[in-house]
Amino acid sequence: MTGIFFLVFAALAVFCGVNVVVRRHPISSALWLIGAMGSLAVLYLQLGAEFIAAAQVIVYAGAVMVLFVIVIMLLNAEPEQPSKGSRMATFLGIPLLLGLLAALSYVVYRMIPESARVEFGAFTRGTARDVGEALFKTYLLPFEITSILVLIALIGAVVLTYKRSD
Amino acid sequence: MAAQTASLASVPLSWYLLLSAVLFALGVAGFLFRRNLITVFMSIELMLNAVNLTFIAFSFKLGQVNGQVFAFFVMVVAAAEAAVGLAIILTVFRNRGTLQIDQVNLMKN
Repeated sequence: MTGIFFLVFAALAVFCGVNVVVRRHPISSALWLIGAMGSLAVLYLQLGAEFIAAAQVIVYAGAVMVLFVIVIMLLNAEPEQPSKGSRMATFLGIPLLLGLLAALSYVVYRMIPESARVEFGAFTRGTARDVGEALFKTYLLPFEITSILVLIALIGAVVLTYKRSD
Repeated sequence: MAAQTASLASVPLSWYLLLSAVLFALGVAGFLFRRNLITVFMSIELMLNAVNLTFIAFSFKLGQVNGQVFAFFVMVVAAAEAAVGLAIILTVFRNRGTLQIDQVNLMKN
């Protein structure tokens, strides 16, 4: 059952990811990215990360992607025009990219023993309670620093888009 | 049939890491090949998601919640980055009137 779920949602995630990269219109890319994030949320849930899966759907697929879609529609973004550089990059880049992928897979196969297997329900310490305890005990200082980071980002976004009326 | 059912009852951990590698490579491809500022930015989000999957897979493997806390921090930073980045994209569009990366070349020459 774990295997079937993994294969279905991994295939969905890769399909959505490919579409994010190959679609020419930004709005199609954004909608396919939401699909990729949703299927990744299912995989998180399968790995026992309940809280992160919920946060993935709410924060990423919800808030962040809504921001993206709003900006795309606000700017009335058009399909991109291929340029000379991008055509050359397609010929030169795809072999290099496959090289990167091969290197990553080689490291994974060398470092991860075949006996390490994932089974749904084998790890149940990913609830909101467990993550919250880790956040507010072990990682209290980093957590407080992220709140300052988010405040800075908020002020920065307002200052950057503020239009002076002089 | 029994062996097949047994093999599908659990998944090797390396499959999750390989999926993460594939998604990361796709994000790199989008980042390098696309010429639209917003699509480039979305490719970065795809890469961050791929890294989060690795964190959570290792959290499962080690039986600790620390990896999930890291994934949470990555999410927070990604949200902050998206807000600032989209503000910058808005400003670039207001000043240059285009989203094509090739035409944003004020610092060139």
